Amino acid sequence: MQISTRRFDKTAILDISGDIDLAHSTEVRRLVLSEFREKKTPRVILNLNDVNYIDSSGVASLVEGLKASRDVGSRLILFGLSPIAHEVLQISRLLKMFEIYDTEDIALQA
Amino acid sequence: MNRTGLLLRLELPSDPEILCVVRSAVMRLTEEMGFSPEECRGLTRAVDEALANIIRHAYDGRPDQPIEVLCRRLLNRTGSEQRAGLEIVLVDHGAAPDRKKLCGRSLDDVRPGGLGIHFIEDAVDVMQYTSHARENRLRLVKYLPNAKRETKVVKGD
Repeated sequence: MQISTRRFDKTAILDISGDIDLAHSTEVRRLVLSEFREKKTPRVILNLNDVNYIDSSGVASLVEGLKASRDVGSRLILFGLSPIAHEVLQISRLLKMFEIYDTEDIALQA
Repeated sequence: MNRTGLLLRLELPSDPEILCVVRSAVMRLTEEMGFSPEECRGLTRAVDEALANIIRHAYDGRPDQPIEVLCRRLLNRTGSEQRAGLEIVLVDHGAAPDRKKLCGRSLDDVRPGGLGIHFIEDAVDVMQYTSHARENRLRLVKYLPNAKRETKVVKGD
């Protein structure tokens, strides 16, 4: 799994590629929590276009990120969910908890 | 119950980095057996989550402990009905899990963690856990949809 960060004004976009599974979810969790708690980024957008798989530990990382964003009054936004990622959030009944958009442009305009 | 042929047997270390390899194997196997794409994804997720639980809880994160994965084709015959499916058995020699935690939590409670068992239960028809003499076995069964109530055809004159 690889993660790179782009910054625009008050927004950080994390481009994630690979699988967010037991081997790699802690890295996602660490970076997302760091954006909110240490960098105080007002808006963090996760680009999941190149994420092939998310397991329950990956979902847990996203939920922790969401809670951290709410704690500091920031926003966590997802876009580019693969059918597998969408399915996992659906099974977890978490789809409505997240701000989810189809593309980066729409996510940036939201 | 009639157990038929062994389809796949994997011996792997309890290393999270190996999970992607197992996922690929299970996905391909379930595709070959004729499960729907949704069922293939569900079964792959179930095995992945079960292995993650073994790594995290039975082996407490130690990456060098043994895990065995056995996949068999099932063909159950009851009277004139037959049900074909896939049996997956995961074997480890770690700490036995707390049976109270083998039930999925309520999804109304939005919090991190505790989703793995829910993913497994969502994907399979049977989930059985046994523990004996430091050997834990998790048995998962998924029946092929078209075979759930397949009636044996007897040709007449």
